[in-house]
Amino acid sequence: MSSGKREQVEIRRTNRIKSLFGKLLGDPMGAIGVLIVASFLIIALFADVIAPYEPNKIDILNKLQGPSLDHLVGTDQLGRDTLSRLIHGTQIALLVAAISIGLAVLIGSVLGAIAGYGPTWLDFIIMLIFDTMRSYPVIMFALAVVVLFGPSLTTIIIIIMATSFPTYGRLMRTQTQTLRKSEYILSAQALGISTPRILLRHILPNTIGPILIVASMDVPFVIALEAGLSFLGLGVRPPTPSWGSILNDGFTYIRNSPWILFSAGAPLILVTIGFTFLGEQLRDVLDPKISKDR
Amino acid sequence: MIKYTIQRILLAVLIIVCAVATMFIMIHAVPGDPVNVMLGPRATPEIKEALRARLHLDQPITTQLFYFFRGLLMGDFGYDLRSNRPVLDIILEQFPHTLILVTSALIVSTIGIPVGRYAAIHRNGTFDRIVGTISVSIIAMPAIVVGLYMLLFFSVELRWFPVIGAGDKNDWLDYLWHLTLPVITISIAWIGYISRIVRASMIEVLSQNHVRMARAFGLPESKVINRYALRIAVLPSITMLGVSVALILSSTVIVEIIFSRPGIGSLLYESVLSRNYPLVMGAVLFSTIFIVAGTTIADLVNAAIDPRLRKEKD
Repeated sequence: MSSGKREQVEIRRTNRIKSLFGKLLGDPMGAIGVLIVASFLIIALFADVIAPYEPNKIDILNKLQGPSLDHLVGTDQLGRDTLSRLIHGTQIALLVAAISIGLAVLIGSVLGAIAGYGPTWLDFIIMLIFDTMRSYPVIMFALAVVVLFGPSLTTIIIIIMATSFPTYGRLMRTQTQTLRKSEYILSAQALGISTPRILLRHILPNTIGPILIVASMDVPFVIALEAGLSFLGLGVRPPTPSWGSILNDGFTYIRNSPWILFSAGAPLILVTIGFTFLGEQLRDVLDPKISKDR
Repeated sequence: MIKYTIQRILLAVLIIVCAVATMFIMIHAVPGDPVNVMLGPRATPEIKEALRARLHLDQPITTQLFYFFRGLLMGDFGYDLRSNRPVLDIILEQFPHTLILVTSALIVSTIGIPVGRYAAIHRNGTFDRIVGTISVSIIAMPAIVVGLYMLLFFSVELRWFPVIGAGDKNDWLDYLWHLTLPVITISIAWIGYISRIVRASMIEVLSQNHVRMARAFGLPESKVINRYALRIAVLPSITMLGVSVALILSSTVIVEIIFSRPGIGSLLYESVLSRNYPLVMGAVLFSTIFIVAGTTIADLVNAAIDPRLRKEKD
């Protein structure tokens, strides 16, 4: 490929990304989604700058306070500033989601592609693995794993990865199966292009869209699972601030100081709405076949 | 159909076997002696020896797996470490509470059907748009937040509903009253989900020939919609619920803990906290079997209603 052509391809690619963003922001739902997700990313990246207080700074004299100018959403049972803890909790939530979904997509895609492209018996075995993992109730499975291996951030990531890779695997398998019979893949095969290359260069790029949609919709579930486990005291260890452990503090002091619980639920709701709206809009933009009316 | 049924049941059995084996391998992947993990550091050597013999831990792992499966087949899920009662007995005591919660939530979820029906008929109207936005927002709403907010607003602040427990079993009004918030917590997302599915399939069905035909024959619109369109449009959501037993059961665990209700979720949580190993494994395996059965039945019912599905999977 000459350098001129490559440049053209680059320009076309940037244009495509630009128009994708344009379409995402064009619809109010998509715009809200992008806005919320972007804000959470910024909050997570600059938590140290944004948070008004040190998240673990104990100030017993000012414990369980309601909202005030000093503490916008009040303080917890140790006098720690709830807002600062929630801001720092964003880091954990998004980190867990990014790593575990990333790994799940990776493992799921590889297995799914093998299942969709390989021999029937291999397909059967891989599908059996997917079906088995999907038959566990996620929270119960998580509790069992935690009791066996002990609570930690790594355990949470492994649990989420293990329970969500079948979703991506099935998606990838279906996509691969549909694509493998298409003419351009058949001609690639006829040209003698190796199987790994066909999978990587010709099939994978065409499956990124659907995977992106599902991944975006998956983020709220993953974050809720992390929050759920931390809420039960089986996730991120204290004093590390996590939305789940702050929810638990709020649950404990639900009568004395309802503010903790109220404010700890808000980011979870916002994050859910943000990523779901983004996913919905991504689907409308990337997959014209499934239009809104269907 | 018979061939498909047999295939589907065989697959279900295979999945359960794999799920049990995975659990079994996980228990044995834990570093250290499982007996130490189960009994804690204070157990005497005699007790450890006894447990080791009872669990066949002194034998090779394949033999252990065999005993494990044989036990499960005979309904032996192991023994509770504390009371020494059979795990299955304890689970079966708690399970009805969970079953009532899940069933009630499923029934309440069907509110989504009329909502979706109305939205589909008045497509792109104000109601449709509002319901559309709301349902998208609540579908993924985590049960943990919904439950805690319900508890905060309706039980603690407004004091309309009780805070803990399942209520008096003999007083059905009291029982229902205790059931309200937990059921809403679980079903709110499903109402949104079902209304979306029903709306989508309703719109599809309404454009099909048999509906156009019914209209051409001059049947009243209400009859066309209820008799010819809705009946078909409801099917996908019923399947959806069957397949989603796992998700529903997952949120049940959280809901039972938040509202301090008895049930398999609370049982599991307590056993996790007290490291009551056999009870944890028993509860997970029992739920898994329940889920596999649920999805299999949903698949079979679906195949019986819609023969196209049978062909695809044959």
